[in-house]
Amino acid sequence: MEPTIAKTEMPKVGYGAAIWRALKSFGLLRESWVGMVGTFLIIFWVLVAIFAPLLAPFDPNSSIQPFAKPGVEAAKAGGTFWLGTDHIGRDILSRIIWGSRTVLIYAPLATLSAYTVGILMGLAAGYRGGWVDDVLSRIADIILSFPVLVLYIIIIATIGASGVNIIIAITFASSPGIMRIVRGLVLDLRNRDYVAAAQTRGESDWRVMLVEILPNARGPLIVDACLRLGYVIITIGVLGFLGLGLPPPDPDWGGMVNETRQMAIAFPHMTLFPCIAISSLILGFNLLADGLREISLRD
Amino acid sequence: MVTLVVKRIGFMIFTMIVVSLILFLLLETEFTGDPATRVLGQFSNEEQREIWREQHGYNQPVALRYVKWLGNFATGELGESIRFKGPVADVMLPRLWNTAILGFWTFAIMIPLSLTLGVLSGMKEGSKLDRAISVFGIITTSVPEFASAVIFSALFVFGLKWLPGTSSMSGGFEFKQLVLPAMVLIVYDFGYVARMTRASMAEVMTSQYIRTAVLKGLPYRSVIVKHALRNALIAPFTVIMLQINWLLSGVIVVEFFFAYKGFGALILEASLNNDIALLEACAMVAVCVAVTTQTIADIGYTFLNPRIRFS
Repeated sequence: MEPTIAKTEMPKVGYGAAIWRALKSFGLLRESWVGMVGTFLIIFWVLVAIFAPLLAPFDPNSSIQPFAKPGVEAAKAGGTFWLGTDHIGRDILSRIIWGSRTVLIYAPLATLSAYTVGILMGLAAGYRGGWVDDVLSRIADIILSFPVLVLYIIIIATIGASGVNIIIAITFASSPGIMRIVRGLVLDLRNRDYVAAAQTRGESDWRVMLVEILPNARGPLIVDACLRLGYVIITIGVLGFLGLGLPPPDPDWGGMVNETRQMAIAFPHMTLFPCIAISSLILGFNLLADGLREISLRD
Repeated sequence: MVTLVVKRIGFMIFTMIVVSLILFLLLETEFTGDPATRVLGQFSNEEQREIWREQHGYNQPVALRYVKWLGNFATGELGESIRFKGPVADVMLPRLWNTAILGFWTFAIMIPLSLTLGVLSGMKEGSKLDRAISVFGIITTSVPEFASAVIFSALFVFGLKWLPGTSSMSGGFEFKQLVLPAMVLIVYDFGYVARMTRASMAEVMTSQYIRTAVLKGLPYRSVIVKHALRNALIAPFTVIMLQINWLLSGVIVVEFFFAYKGFGALILEASLNNDIALLEACAMVAVCVAVTTQTIADIGYTFLNPRIRFS
């Protein structure tokens, strides 16, 4: 006979259970069609980015046949330019497909970096309070008082345009906003019993902040992260559009609009399709955020 | 109330000083690269750079330079623009005026529109109309300004041929050229203001005094107009004032796209051409506008809110 005690159902607290719970709450999205549409758009672009080498009909950086309108057959290379080509003859569909990689690599990285800094600042400010809070809050107020794009332009103009610098600029400009949200959540959570219990156990401050408080603040933060991802994609697009984005020739949706906007009157397809691509991805994140908020309000 | 105003204005001045310090460190010191190289270009030789440094006082200690620089700013001596070959103030003022015109029309249309939509959807939270307005707002805020500029141009300039595609006003001021830039800004921004109005309205609609007003049999219209709106419009006031900050970002994109000769395009031009004096002046003006509107928003909010005003 095996001991029966071992078979008693214990609540599982492992990674498997956590992942399962996350999946189940994700399944709740079914209830919000807005959230479903958003998720669909995001999954679509993620798949496009992953399978870019298989999906793109042409090399995104090679010049094949300039000024082809959408649907024109490629004369030498064979195949069709479904969305036309740009002024130096690169296939726009292929550039949009490869451009989704650029966006879906830099935007999450920048958001993650901004969140790391913002969360650490917010936890410290909210949990420690006192002068730490005062100093961090004043810094945040000052950074947030800048018109965002002016701040980006100044930063990029002084440190130069590159992928890493864009991530630095976005982290600098958006972590104060995240800090404010986290600080507010921490102020609400830090007087809970489980925090007091952890303090009594003698846990270190950072352990209390990261293990006890942070996971319980995740709801509003996830919604905010979705919105912010959308906003970071706008920022990367706008910087590309203003000529301050990632250096050419690799495709970047905002940059594509910048390169061809002079020809937009005669060849609107060159600018129109990258714009639709970037808007649909941003829409995906915004709709997902709205769906998540709707569901979180319902419970 | 008075202490609050003094405190806010004190913080405003403090912010401006810190911002000026950041700008100085970023643009005027060796902290982010040699300023002489930045102005003279990378093909200048060391001798030229040294002469330039001597002429413009860059060999003095940093602290002294900062005080002098700040003093020049405070007395309105903004220096010379390299790109436009003239005093910065002369270049900047007409541009500011143009942007003010654009901003005025944008706000004149956006505010009534977003307040109406926000109130309509906040009146009955969760109704069909509410969901429709919310989703519409999400869609319009998801399209970046440059993308909606492209889409509107394709539609109204290329397709329907109703409107001109550039707004350079080269043949004198023409209202027609203002339509597309203003439209792009309105479409991108109204969703946020509408959403905030909605939240504020929805909160008011669940309050006790609205329930009392409904239960005592007042007509629905007078409940909304006399009781709900007054309190629901306090929060959007702040949002609208803060929106000026967003507008400053938006005009950069829109003015660049439509070649409108405004302040936003000027900032961009200054930074792309390494016109440091102009960039500094523009950035200071932009931050000044932003901080002032934030201060007005804060003070205005406390003034409008009777609970704070009378406490």
